[in-house]
Amino acid sequence: MKNRIQQDFTDILAKGIFTFLGYLNIVFVVVICFYLIISGIPAIFKVGFTDFIFGTRWASTAQDRAFGILPFILTSVYGTFGALLIGLPLGFFTSVYLAKFANKKVKSFVESTVDLLAGIPSVVFGFIGMLVLVPSIQYVFDLPDGSSLLAAILVLSIMILPSIIKVSIGAIQSVPYEYELGSLALGANRVETVYKVLVPAARRGISIAVVLGVGRAIGEAMAVMMVAGNVANMPGIFESVRFLTTAVASEMSYSSGLQREALFSIALVLFIFIMAINAVLNLVMKKRGKTK
Amino acid sequence: MISNRLERCIYHNVMLFLAFMATVFTVFIVVFIIGYVLIRAIPHVSWELLSTKPSYINETIGLLPDILNTVYIVFATLVFVLPLGVGAAVYLSEYAKNIKVKRTIEYAIESLAGIPSIIYGLVGMLIFCQYMSLKTSLLAGALTLTIMNLPTIIRTTQESLDSVPISYREGAFGLGANKWYTIRTVVLPCCIDGIVTGCILAVGRMLGESAALLFTAGFAHKLNGFIDALSSSGSTMTVALYVYAKEQGRFDVAFVIAAIMLLMSLMINYTAGYLSKRIQRKRLVK
Repeated sequence: MKNRIQQDFTDILAKGIFTFLGYLNIVFVVVICFYLIISGIPAIFKVGFTDFIFGTRWASTAQDRAFGILPFILTSVYGTFGALLIGLPLGFFTSVYLAKFANKKVKSFVESTVDLLAGIPSVVFGFIGMLVLVPSIQYVFDLPDGSSLLAAILVLSIMILPSIIKVSIGAIQSVPYEYELGSLALGANRVETVYKVLVPAARRGISIAVVLGVGRAIGEAMAVMMVAGNVANMPGIFESVRFLTTAVASEMSYSSGLQREALFSIALVLFIFIMAINAVLNLVMKKRGKTK
Repeated sequence: MISNRLERCIYHNVMLFLAFMATVFTVFIVVFIIGYVLIRAIPHVSWELLSTKPSYINETIGLLPDILNTVYIVFATLVFVLPLGVGAAVYLSEYAKNIKVKRTIEYAIESLAGIPSIIYGLVGMLIFCQYMSLKTSLLAGALTLTIMNLPTIIRTTQESLDSVPISYREGAFGLGANKWYTIRTVVLPCCIDGIVTGCILAVGRMLGESAALLFTAGFAHKLNGFIDALSSSGSTMTVALYVYAKEQGRFDVAFVIAAIMLLMSLMINYTAGYLSKRIQRKRLVK
């Protein structure tokens, strides 16, 4: 009898603990949001909302200080867009080839190299970019310094490849086989079938890949910090620039006072971007669930 | 008619060629990165570099403290993240009945997965280093990594929990076991493989992490025991790579670290692939 009571007790206890652990995840997200908002809001008000978001000059340590983060926001947007411009076609064509044209051996080999690419730490990307890309950009375009938005875009476009390729392959492969057979029976050749029937049918899955790529590109800090030159210029393709992420990372270690608060505000802006991307992702996924 | 045919032929060949070239290019990038790092690293690898600590007197650099710090932080993070992650996964697939609550928790986990590491670093610094006054220490770094890696562990565990047949649970209930006993003795042992795979993936992420550790775990290269290390600042391999490459210009050391990181991720990929293949085979047998 006593044994029974003990067992019931542990059962209830276990249920309590697991429930707690489940809810804990919500707590983490709420705490992270809370801390970012609490520490990010003051500087925005001190600097003034429009001056902060739309100000084009960032001079946090100069005599006459200015905290305008428009250069960072635009750089992040351009950088992400540029990375997509290169990474998306490359990833898309690769995934089409792997999903439909490649034989089994080639497919598993390339997929394992893509996995490997996904596992390479971001500092290694940054390091190689710093030693290979930056000098070659400097040489090819005859610039005083190769650290530029272009270098960052190239590094980012390689870094987003794995997520784009993996998700797109899944999307293309999950198109029902009947679509393919139908198209082939109507006289289309294999390539036409893939590009004109399967890809349009998989477009939602591919758009998920795009959103994931955007999320990864906009949140990347270390690799970008090593190749983008880290000067708070307005973005230009050969300009040395600073992203939202690198603005936080590069000044955090020696910041104080209003400068430090402004860095938290930058993080808050970045966080809002990420949350918006997550919301879009959720929306796309939900729609996808409905149409199926 | 003929022009149409020609057009289709061109379309066929061009599109096929594009797809093929993209694949070749992707593979080329990976091979280039790995080859470049290994070729530049091999001349600088020495036992001395791997087994000593940096000395300002002799002006030598050693990676042992960084290697040990990495091991410590991975171990400490696993100790925290395993119970938290597996517990949350058990709740989601075994206990949660209210679909709204489940959705909310899953959305929270997705959000955690989407937050960039630099924000984790910042919030980790605010919460663990300042609010909980742990200072910049490996422990603060490990706690930050714990929250970062929760989604990975939860997802893989949940997947393998969901693949355990309902009949197992019904059998256990039928024999009079209560829920916790069933989970402990029947359900969880069935998904050990999945949990291990999750751990390996998470370890891969921890090894590669740098932005989150920069402000939480710091840059020191001191040689410490496990307990001392947890309470003091220490750089992991990736952070050391960043510091040596960007701030000290020691590319030789950076190449060696990069090569070690690549080999580690190669090993991790291989092990994770092997395990998931084994799991699939097991499922087929069932």
